[in-house]
Amino acid sequence: MTGQLHKIPEQPSEQATIALAPAVSSSKPYQSGKLRRTSWLSWIVSDDPPGRLLLNAIVLLILAAFLFAPFLFPGAKALGVASRICIFVILVASYDLMLGYTGIVSFAHTMFFGIGAYGVAILLAKGWVGWGAVILGAAAGAGVSLVLAAAIGLLSLRLRTIFFSMITLAVASFAQILAEQWRSLTGGEDGLTFTVPAILLPSFRPLSHPVLGVTINGPVIAYYLTFVVALLLFLLMLRIVNSPFGRVLQAIRENEFRVEAMGYQVVAYRTMISALSAVMAALAGALMALVLGYNGPDTTLSFSLMIDILLMIVIGGMGTMYGAIVGAVLVVLAEYYLQNILGGMNRAIDGTPFLSALFHPDRWLLWLGVLFVLIVTFFPQGLFGWLRQRR
Amino acid sequence: MNTQWRERLQRWAPYAVTPLIVLAALPAMGLTAWVTLTVAGLTMGMMLFLVASGLTLIFGLMEVLNFAHAAFVTVGAYVTVTVLGPLVGWTTAPSLALNLLALLVALLAAAAASGALGFVFERIIIRQVYGAPLRQILITIGALTVIEQLVIVVWGPEAIALPKPATLRGSVFLGSSPIETYRLVALFVGLAVAAAMQLILTRTRIGLVVRAGVEDREMVQALGYHIRRVFVGVFIAGTALAGMGGMMWGQYQTLVSSQIGDSMLILVFIILIIGGLGSVGGCFIGAILVGLTSNYVQFLAPTLALGSNILLMALILLWRPRGLFPIGEQ
Repeated sequence: MTGQLHKIPEQPSEQATIALAPAVSSSKPYQSGKLRRTSWLSWIVSDDPPGRLLLNAIVLLILAAFLFAPFLFPGAKALGVASRICIFVILVASYDLMLGYTGIVSFAHTMFFGIGAYGVAILLAKGWVGWGAVILGAAAGAGVSLVLAAAIGLLSLRLRTIFFSMITLAVASFAQILAEQWRSLTGGEDGLTFTVPAILLPSFRPLSHPVLGVTINGPVIAYYLTFVVALLLFLLMLRIVNSPFGRVLQAIRENEFRVEAMGYQVVAYRTMISALSAVMAALAGALMALVLGYNGPDTTLSFSLMIDILLMIVIGGMGTMYGAIVGAVLVVLAEYYLQNILGGMNRAIDGTPFLSALFHPDRWLLWLGVLFVLIVTFFPQGLFGWLRQRR
Repeated sequence: MNTQWRERLQRWAPYAVTPLIVLAALPAMGLTAWVTLTVAGLTMGMMLFLVASGLTLIFGLMEVLNFAHAAFVTVGAYVTVTVLGPLVGWTTAPSLALNLLALLVALLAAAAASGALGFVFERIIIRQVYGAPLRQILITIGALTVIEQLVIVVWGPEAIALPKPATLRGSVFLGSSPIETYRLVALFVGLAVAAAMQLILTRTRIGLVVRAGVEDREMVQALGYHIRRVFVGVFIAGTALAGMGGMMWGQYQTLVSSQIGDSMLILVFIILIIGGLGSVGGCFIGAILVGLTSNYVQFLAPTLALGSNILLMALILLWRPRGLFPIGEQ
């Protein structure tokens, strides 16, 4: 198998950035000319499979679960959760392009997510109808994101990691304020409710009989749309990080001065990847708007969403791409179902005042936060990275 | 001759920004409002300075940017709630001395609690991420989330009202301009802390070591000072200052919620960027600038208020990409 891991000799990282060992070892060193290919399956995943037998099996299992999600987990809530996970896989994987592969910390990722969502939401809410409007809105959102990300990048990606992260935080909060204040365009804090194309409405039922006990209707179709787009974008991003371009990014992460000395324009590469990442986030946002039929500042622009993305990427594993899938699945499931578990524990220990507050159903973020800190401390490569490294 | 003048202008221009804004605001709003708003802006600047100065020193000394700084603000505000609870007899008494005494007790308690938490925090969290900016950002954001959630566990999810002490509720008049009494107290506390900090930094041996450490850490280490120990001290002091800031801010807002630190964090970052990361003087001027701008803009164009500071930051960065007073330039 081509994608076997190479043992990377332990080298003291000169720049003392985070040790992201597994990403470098994700496949063999790039050889100029043709890549050796063993199978079309390997070609699909850009010769960067999840890992060996166990990891491949896990990823395939997740894929199968999502492929048949409407039939395996019937019900509107489960479908909503599944769509949300697919959208977050795009969002987190695109964030990984910057954080895990290039070593850029940006807090403006939700801003691009929001721009994409508002692109679709504004057009549909202003009375445009049909797929033309959806595609136009998504394209407009992606275009604005591209230009904005390139502008921010060119102006401030020369600065150090910390400076850049602070500036993006400020810009993102400005975007949120703008969305809340510019009522005539964005609907302010109430957001926008709109009608999605008829095919995606619950009343649309193309088949007269249920398939495997499930009525095929608009939301199921919307889910499959999300799933297919998420899958394609994910594979595209996997291709990007395994291309020569992706190699340069990883080299920048490891030692930017050396890369600069080798004649690569570090700022240009950083700007390109953050613009690309912004476009992906905008497309994820457009899907979000389509699935929900609603968009508002809290849905796509809030800072807590940014925290969610960070939780997902760190828990899943930075610089691995597949970590985005693991992280998104775990965190979104936790958001929806950890509350029930905590509620059960809360009832079990009811009475002890402090403990029952600690296990209150609304305190799921506390436990995810603790997990986050533990993972950054003890498994900086995340769950997936850790599994991949263990052989 | 010509170049000499230009150099002087370049060096002194950053100092002129604040006075220019203050002067420019005068004709736009009239004297009465101007006096009120200027005092309000200075007060807000002082409270922001308490929080920002700790963060900038911590960054200057060890290159650690602590996103969890906001959590110490929140803790300070909630400790104030707990401390002023039993002291309700003092705060509701119509005696200025008792009121101020209650506030002083709360201020010290908030500083002590945040400082103690800061000591533990440095041990558990910060110590393992020196020199690794990416992990620093991640782990301190995680810690921010955890501490905020723990605050909710201890004090409950609902916002808690924190009424001002009896004699500090109204306003006094300066000419025809009303000025809230509490603002004068906050202004005084902020100036006192800033003066104390300046004295410690410039007139004591430990201050000398800290300032030298900000300029050149390795050299100070080579001269035999245990810079890690100095840093622990600065970290505790910085978090204690954040606790004080949280106390003053919570009392000013008369409402304490678990978001109180977050709401300050972005403003504090803007101050650090405007002032130049690591510079205490820049931080002071940046804080005043941000306080004044928010108050002026809130009066002149309320819809722009929330975004005005970010615009200010963008303008200043276009002019001086490293902030108004970058350290290590002389």
